[in-house]
Parts: sequence; C-alpha cells; structure tokens
Amino acid sequence: MTRYSALALLKHAVTGQPWSRAWRDPAPKERYQVIIVGGGGHGLATAYYLAKEFGIRDVAVLEKGYIGSGNAGRNTTIVRSNYMLPGATEFYDFSLRLWNTLSHELNFNVMFSPRGQILLLHSPDALDSAARRGNIMRRHGIAARLLDRAAMQELVPHLDYSPGARFPIWGGLMQPTAGTARHDAVVWGYARAASELGVDIIQNCEVTGFVREGGRIAGVETSRGRIMAAKTGIAVAGHTSRLGEMAGLCLPIESHLLQAFVSEPLKPLLDYVIGFGGHGHFYISQSDKGGMVFGGDLDMYNSYAQRGNLPVVRDVAALAVSLMPCLGRVRLLRHWAGVMDMTMDGSHIISKTPVDGLYLNGGWCYGGFKATPASGWCFAHLMARDQPDPLSVPFSLDRFARGATIDEAGSGPTPRLH
Amino acid sequence: MLRINCPFCGERDHSEFTYGGDATVTYPALDAPTEAWFEAVYVRSNPKGPHRERWQHSDGCRLWLIVERDTVTHAITRVEPSRAVLSELIK
Repeated sequence: MTRYSALALLKHAVTGQPWSRAWRDPAPKERYQVIIVGGGGHGLATAYYLAKEFGIRDVAVLEKGYIGSGNAGRNTTIVRSNYMLPGATEFYDFSLRLWNTLSHELNFNVMFSPRGQILLLHSPDALDSAARRGNIMRRHGIAARLLDRAAMQELVPHLDYSPGARFPIWGGLMQPTAGTARHDAVVWGYARAASELGVDIIQNCEVTGFVREGGRIAGVETSRGRIMAAKTGIAVAGHTSRLGEMAGLCLPIESHLLQAFVSEPLKPLLDYVIGFGGHGHFYISQSDKGGMVFGGDLDMYNSYAQRGNLPVVRDVAALAVSLMPCLGRVRLLRHWAGVMDMTMDGSHIISKTPVDGLYLNGGWCYGGFKATPASGWCFAHLMARDQPDPLSVPFSLDRFARGATIDEAGSGPTPRLH
Repeated sequence: MLRINCPFCGERDHSEFTYGGDATVTYPALDAPTEAWFEAVYVRSNPKGPHRERWQHSDGCRLWLIVERDTVTHAITRVEPSRAVLSELIK
C-alpha cells in the first residue's frame, strides 16, 4: 500500500500511476481470532488498536453497508472533552490526546481542527456553574477558559448581543483544545491503517445471528455465511439492542433519533464550535467547505427510522436564528437523522457481557464521534487482555445494577433526557 | 409529524404530547428484591417494530394514553387511555 506523503503525491503526479485502493476487499475467512461487528469509527479503531497495540492481527470487521455509511457519517464532527464527572473526564481527555496525533498515526489527514469550543452562558448562575466546571477540567489538566461578555463579543461577533436578545450573552466557557475533525476521513483512515496491519474489512456483510458452542459465542451468522471467532465484539451504534437480543441480552438502552443539519456554504463566519445548553439544546460550527453544521435535541420517542420529525426542525431553526440572527436567510443544504443508542445514564458501555466470548461497545448516546480513538483503544484492550483498561472500568455494563451510574446531565434513568 | 388520535380530544399533532416511554414496564412491589427493581428501572426491550408506549396529552386533556406505534415506520395502530376505567367510560 502506498504511504501518503508529499513525495508520493509528486511521484504519482509526474508518472500518472494510479493510486492503489485504500484498503483490501477480502472474502471472509472461515475463522478469525477476533470479529468486530460494525465497521464504523469505533469498530475500525478497535481493529486498528488490536493489531497495532495488542498484537492481534487475525481480525475481521463486519460492516452491513459500506464503510462510512452509518453514524460515522451522520454526526456533527465535534471533538471535545469538557466533562465533569470522574471517569468521563479522564476518558475523553485521553481521546482528545489521541486525536492530536491521529493524522500522523494513521498516515491519513483526518483534518482535526482544534479551533476551540465555547459553551454559551446566559445568566450569572450559568457563569458560576461554568466556573466550577472549568476548574474541574483544569484540575484534570484539560484547558478551560472562562470568557466574559466583552471577550465573547470579540471572539464570536455574530451572536445576538442586542438589548432585546432572547438569550442574553453573559459569557462563555471555552475549551481551546476542542474542535472538529472530518468524520469520513476518520473511518477511511482507520480502515486503511487497519487493513495494512492485516485486518480484514468485510463490507456488505450483515450479522444475522450468533453461533453458540456450549453457552459461549463462537462466531456469527452473516449474509455472507458463517464466520467463527474466539472473541466477538459488538460496536454497532443505534442497533446495540438488536445485536444484544440475538445473544439473549436485554440492555439498558433505548434507540432514539438525532437530527443534524448543514447549510449552503458561506464565507468564514464562525471560528469556533458553539454549544448552547440553556432552555433548549443547540450546537453549531462551520465546516471547512463553509457549510454551517448544526443540531439540537433528540426527537424524544423511540425510533429506528433514520428519519427526523418537524417539531425538532422548528426548534433547532428557532434557536439558530435566536442566537445568530444573521442565519435567518441562509438556506439549508441537507438534513438527516441518525439512530442513537441512548443509555439509562447517558454514558457509554465498554464491557464484557454475561455471555462468554461476547464483548460490548455501545450506548454512545450522542457523544460517540469524539470518543472514537479512546473507544477503540479501550475496547481493543478489553478484548485482547480480557481486562478493562483503567479508563473504561467505570463504563462496565453491570454499573446499572450496582447503582454506579455516570449521569453527566443528572437527569436520571430516562434515556431521551441525556 | 406524528398524529395521535386522542380518545378524548381527537386527532392532534404529537407536539401536543409528552412521551413517557415503554408502556410494558411494570413496577414491582416496594419491598421486591433489588434485581426486580433494576429490571424495571433500567432494562428495556427497545423493539424495532411495534412498540407499546406512554404519551401524555400535556397540551390537551392531560391524560396519559397507551399508544401502539411502529418504531421503524412510525405508523400508529392503536391509542387508548392508560386507565381501564376511562376506556369503559368512553365506550
């Protein structure tokens, strides 16, 4: 496989030699050491770190569609680590550190752009609360900056600062090291790097059931035949409950819709990722192509439809023009929905399961994209060594039964509210 | 937009309603073992297809309803009051 570099680019430009395909397209073997179900960011990252860090290269990643066709291509590409609860803070900080060197690590430009993320603050109380959050972050070595109104006006001039603003700006909490990355490049980069290390990436291969041998999972039935493995890992985003059901597991998860939007391309308008967590939920950033990428709340009812509904479109549009009135006449280019597996405490699960040979990575709610590298790393650690990485110990499946939930939003066992 | 046919108010947009989650969940006795409470509070079958769920007509009659809705097509096949005594009354 050609290593990407300026020299390689020059060579191909001069000689006109075609580029080799980025990852191999093998037929599935009969047996692997490890099978990962789900060829999204998390599954591919798991396979990559299994091969790179844990020396297990006899790995197959099974993807029911094509690489990049699922939630990996449906998120709003935001990467941040401004969490507050023990467990979450360290995990997301580790992820951010992996993001910083990911392009070099994979020899693929994931266009990680740590431009800074700002949480808007709309009252003196919110300012106090954000100061606390910022201090907790700094205590964990995560950069945080509390901004006053004047600083906000300088950094984000297009917000509504008028006296009659629906949401008056009192300040902001900035994580200067947060930002965005190109989501397609992340899956392509992991797929290419994993394939180069010997991982088989099998596309158009839907898992339809598990093969059991004496109570343990010994492989999977797929649309391309039976494939056996000593260990099987699930990393399937919104369909975790369905895979769990095939293995006889009932999980603390509900599937919900999250919509996202992108506008027509505009000239540079917004230098930061902006989050709004006041009376409603809204986040916006500008892509490198100029499109305003934004989203809001869940649709608030169980669904696997990948199709959002109009009340959320209305709410998101209302928040967009309330916060940035200049967007009022911008036209929408695309709008879509993804299926989120929302857990009962709003935190993810990286865990062994009660079924031998089956491992679970899921319940990413709507925070999965930024976690991709750390999720892959920790899941690879768990599957290779049968022991969780210290960073994923708090995220075990049995935490619910033990009452050790990690509820960042503090909204209790109601998945749609996280 | 989903349209929910409230047995008391007629067919209305779902934005008038508040979702209340899986209606097949039943709560055990207060002194039931922790395991039973764990199942009721945290574990959900999360079906892909027909789903029995609770909705409250919060901007209308404020009564709780049981709705049967498909989680793939969003088609609503049945709406009834959550309290059997009300079902009897409106017959």
